Amino acid sequence: MNGHTSAEERAPLQKSTSSLHIHIQPTDSRTSIGNMSTSLFRASALRCALRASAPTTASRAGLASTAIRGKATLPDLAYDYGALEPSISGKIMELHHKNHHQTYVTSFNNFSEQIAEAKQQENIQAQIALQPLINFHGGGHINHTLFWENLAPTSQGGGDPPTGALSKKINDSYGSLDSFKEKFNTALAGIQGSGWAWLVQDTQTGAIGIKTYANQDPVVGQFRPILGIDAWEHAYYLDYQNRKAEYFKAIWNVVNWKAAEKRLK
Amino acid sequence: MVLISLLSTSLRAFASEQQPFEFGEMARPPFTLPKLPYAYDALEPYISAQIMELHHSKHHQTYVTSLNDALLFQAQAVHTTNIVSQVSHQQLIKFHAGGHINHSLFWENLAPASSSEAKSSAAPKLSNQIASTWGSEEKFREAFKAALLGLQGSGWGWLVKVEVGQEQRLSIVTTKDQDPIVGKGEVPVFGIDMWEHAYYLQYLNGKAAYVENIWNVINWKTAEERFIGTREDAFKILKAYV
Ligand SMILES: [Fe+2]
Ligand SMILES: [Fe+2]
Repeated sequence: MNGHTSAEERAPLQKSTSSLHIHIQPTDSRTSIGNMSTSLFRASALRCALRASAPTTASRAGLASTAIRGKATLPDLAYDYGALEPSISGKIMELHHKNHHQTYVTSFNNFSEQIAEAKQQENIQAQIALQPLINFHGGGHINHTLFWENLAPTSQGGGDPPTGALSKKINDSYGSLDSFKEKFNTALAGIQGSGWAWLVQDTQTGAIGIKTYANQDPVVGQFRPILGIDAWEHAYYLDYQNRKAEYFKAIWNVVNWKAAEKRLK
Repeated sequence: MVLISLLSTSLRAFASEQQPFEFGEMARPPFTLPKLPYAYDALEPYISAQIMELHHSKHHQTYVTSLNDALLFQAQAVHTTNIVSQVSHQQLIKFHAGGHINHSLFWENLAPASSSEAKSSAAPKLSNQIASTWGSEEKFREAFKAALLGLQGSGWGWLVKVEVGQEQRLSIVTTKDQDPIVGKGEVPVFGIDMWEHAYYLQYLNGKAAYVENIWNVINWKTAEERFIGTREDAFKILKAYV
């Protein structure tokens, strides 16, 4: 059945990580996909509805095992998939966390293993060839982990303005929180392709600033990530389609400034 | 002398700020959204009508509008000999022009699955060279798929004809964001949009299924024409919509 095939495809990855493109589950190229999206959405909406009404359960146990055998694992969310509505739908949150983020985790582990092997074999070419994949998938894992943390439902402080040192730095640098948001949204809108915008802190000077990063390039080195917004289309497309400015505006209602404050040094 | 020269400089600067710049017919750069050669739902079930409509009437339209804006800005900067402004706008022009070029080529290299154009038999010469380059059409598709799925972020995959001296070779090329295929001797034969907006409403994170399914709606007749023709032939669609 078509519905069956597509549901499997969207399920969290269970496949062996031996192939290069492990985030892909091959499907029959001749499979008709006529009813795919509607049936998927129904199933997904149902799960979201269930989740929205019950506290997060199943995956929460996974949090404690983050460091098992040195492998990265998908962190649990501190809120339900539906908790950021209407800024971000439960459907987006579920796909984004359970499928997209999971893929980065799985791929990062896979390529980490491969690079460890290459090191053992003293294969420098292989190590270099694997670097961009580590950067991409490791970056995807780091970025999304920080992103989930720096979001919160309004009932848990999402959207409440920053206080203390961070608030002061924002006012000093940008005049006001509103003008900071405006500049941040301009940066988000200016990303050409997939990427992220970050409020960063310069580790040398302590100054804050807004920086955009392509694809999954992580905030490392001279800058410390304080607050990140995912500007990939998968982060908003089901809710906002091409109207990404609306997403950039709405997301401030669920920004967890408390989490951002804790990252500031 | 110095004073006069200074004065005239500032007068000139004043004049160029004050006058609305005049380009006559060039006042508004001329690009317009090309019409689709088929209906929005014509590529169903492989690409949904909802995706096609958003992709064409919103995404592509935005590239066209932004390209015209950027070109107008550029023309102003040229008019006022503001070289800094001109250079700082290069990337914006490349991005939006690339978006316009890529999507214009993309619509034309797709066709309804039931049409004769959607069969690779509509491209005998190209098929021959594909087979001699990759071994078989199947192997070519596998290589193309691997290239598409290997993209990190937004981008495109293209089959490109590269003219090297007297020879012409085929090559699978991926490009990031909206970088177009405009290198020396390169002719884009067909392209596949791998931005998430191209498939997400229907395939969600299952981009492999999108890549598998899009083979059903490749316009091989267009591909053959581009393969046989010159670079100017491949890009003629852009001139039709100015
Ligand atoms: Fe994301
Ligand atoms: Fe596109």
